[in-house]
Amino acid sequence: MTSSSSKQEFIQGNIACAKGAAYAGCNFFGGYPITPSTEIAEYLSDYLPRIGGKFIQMEDEIASVGSIIGASLTGSKVMTATSGPGFSLMQELIGYACIAEIPMVVVDVMRGGPSTGLPTSPAQSDLLQAKWGTHGDHPTIALVPNSVNEMFTQTVRAFNLAEYFRTPVIVLGDEIIGHMRERINIPEKGELEIINRTVPNKDGLCPLPYASDGHKPASLPNFGKSRFHVTGLNHDPSGFPTMDPATVAKENTRIVSKIYEQRHLVDNFETIQCEDAKILMLAVGSAARAAEEAVINLRERGIKAGLFRPITLWPFPKHEFSRLAAKADYVIVPEMNMGQLKTVAERLTKRTKIVPVNLVNGEPLGPENIITAINYLNI
Amino acid sequence: MFDYSKYLRNEKLPHIWCPGCGHGIVLKSLIRAIDKTGWSKDEIVVVSGIGCASRLPGYVDFNTLHTAHGRALSFATGIKLAKPGMKVIVVSGDGDGLAIGGNHFIHACRRNIDITLVLFNNGIYGMTGGQYSPTTASNDITATSPHGNMEPHFNVADLAKGAGATFVARGTSYHVPQLDTYIHKALEHKGFSVVDVAEGCYTTHGRKNKNKYSSNLDMLKYQKNNAIPVSKTKDMSPEELEGKIVTGILYEETRPEFTEKYQKIIDSFKGDTK
Repeated sequence: MTSSSSKQEFIQGNIACAKGAAYAGCNFFGGYPITPSTEIAEYLSDYLPRIGGKFIQMEDEIASVGSIIGASLTGSKVMTATSGPGFSLMQELIGYACIAEIPMVVVDVMRGGPSTGLPTSPAQSDLLQAKWGTHGDHPTIALVPNSVNEMFTQTVRAFNLAEYFRTPVIVLGDEIIGHMRERINIPEKGELEIINRTVPNKDGLCPLPYASDGHKPASLPNFGKSRFHVTGLNHDPSGFPTMDPATVAKENTRIVSKIYEQRHLVDNFETIQCEDAKILMLAVGSAARAAEEAVINLRERGIKAGLFRPITLWPFPKHEFSRLAAKADYVIVPEMNMGQLKTVAERLTKRTKIVPVNLVNGEPLGPENIITAINYLNI
Repeated sequence: MFDYSKYLRNEKLPHIWCPGCGHGIVLKSLIRAIDKTGWSKDEIVVVSGIGCASRLPGYVDFNTLHTAHGRALSFATGIKLAKPGMKVIVVSGDGDGLAIGGNHFIHACRRNIDITLVLFNNGIYGMTGGQYSPTTASNDITATSPHGNMEPHFNVADLAKGAGATFVARGTSYHVPQLDTYIHKALEHKGFSVVDVAEGCYTTHGRKNKNKYSSNLDMLKYQKNNAIPVSKTKDMSPEELEGKIVTGILYEETRPEFTEKYQKIIDSFKGDTK
């Protein structure tokens, strides 16, 4: 990313996300306006027709996801962007994309909730909705950038994972990351790896579009090349509906295990001074920026603090977190909600005391919120 | 004899539709209309939502997409815009297309995107057991209107026209040759086209309204006796038209089509190095 050939820009996170999508080869965007995500749609509405791509503003968020699933089935690389209320509406068809195994990227620039909540204020309200928002057991990949640069790079990565695994991938930004401006280096073409779905070689009939070779999902034919059937019903490897219990169990398990049994391809986290940390912070996104600052401050006071920051939030990098949490005296969980990440920490921590730091007033969570909570511990 | 087998996934038959259902009749009409266009099977996509009619794509040998309840038009819009060369056909029921899918319906009409919607309009939610839909006749007894349907129903053709569709026709599952013509003309029309097909569902609807229908055949006879070509309605009063099924090509106009307009924007950037 620091290559001398790359181009420096000073842009906001939402624009970095849109530029990351463009870099990844996104050529179809369907969306519905919602604060604080609109800059992504605005940028792509101008950009996409210039490269022969397509932008459409649909009548609601459900239709937005419908349009990108349709486009993805023709071979397009597709994305939508929204915020909490729209993300709730999208859950219906996110589930469809999970069972029908359609690659797509959904960006959720989180804001306060529930309901209309605080449209222009930051929150981390959808960490669990990203995992459990749609009904039924399903795979979830969710990435949480904590900088403008990561809005770019993690959007590229979201496309790679979506195309590789044939599954929806969610990027959880928030109002702070989406709207703040930072300097980033736009990589040259070829600097970042781009993964595209595999497609069957021959034209004509495609008998088994849902067959799987081990964990690798089957190649996805494009509409117009191979006549095949796609349904949201449980289906067998041919893609046609089935109620055969053995097949249903196998396929339901496969769409989850294709991701959870290949964690090495999905896991991504950052550790800052974790190895000797007695005070281990667990934070994502903009809250992790505050936590990083708090670590520096506490270390200056001689307190052994560290930060574990999942970049891939789902599936949660549980092995590394559990190892570090077991060595700490406290796990501090700063987040802009009432304790969504805390529930994960509780499950993965046996003896270490958990200290939540929650802010749900629409203001950014700052290092002082975290340090105040730690001062109360009288270490 | 017309050979349907080349368009069917014969191994997926028999279909799930009940005796007396019109869906099979409309399926065959759709196949004959498609055959008349000369389009290749690879360039055709048939998209549906959820419901009895929406099981149709599973039986036909095209690119087929069985989506979520009410959402077929949004998937179809994505397909058509991404790949305008594809011929996109949506099949939908009245509950699927006009209740849960009502918002997508009016906006697809408004965009005038080149998609053909064939609405299998039997005035009932058949698959879930016969609850009243947006096109159930007033006063009819259904599973959720045991005291008679208190809601008025949509006039699908007026709705489509008002929302901006550029081709609107209505046929019935009784008047089959005419239906072939309407569907074929809708397929050939450039822009958003709607074919509203009056049907009956005896299993979940007719049986509960014995005063109107004593058998599944009666539901076909109802179409025969109450259909009236639009050309004969000019001098009829609203009272005389009450309960009638006005058939024919009800509205047709030429207006710029959405994906063609989009392509013009793309073309305007060609050669632009920025």
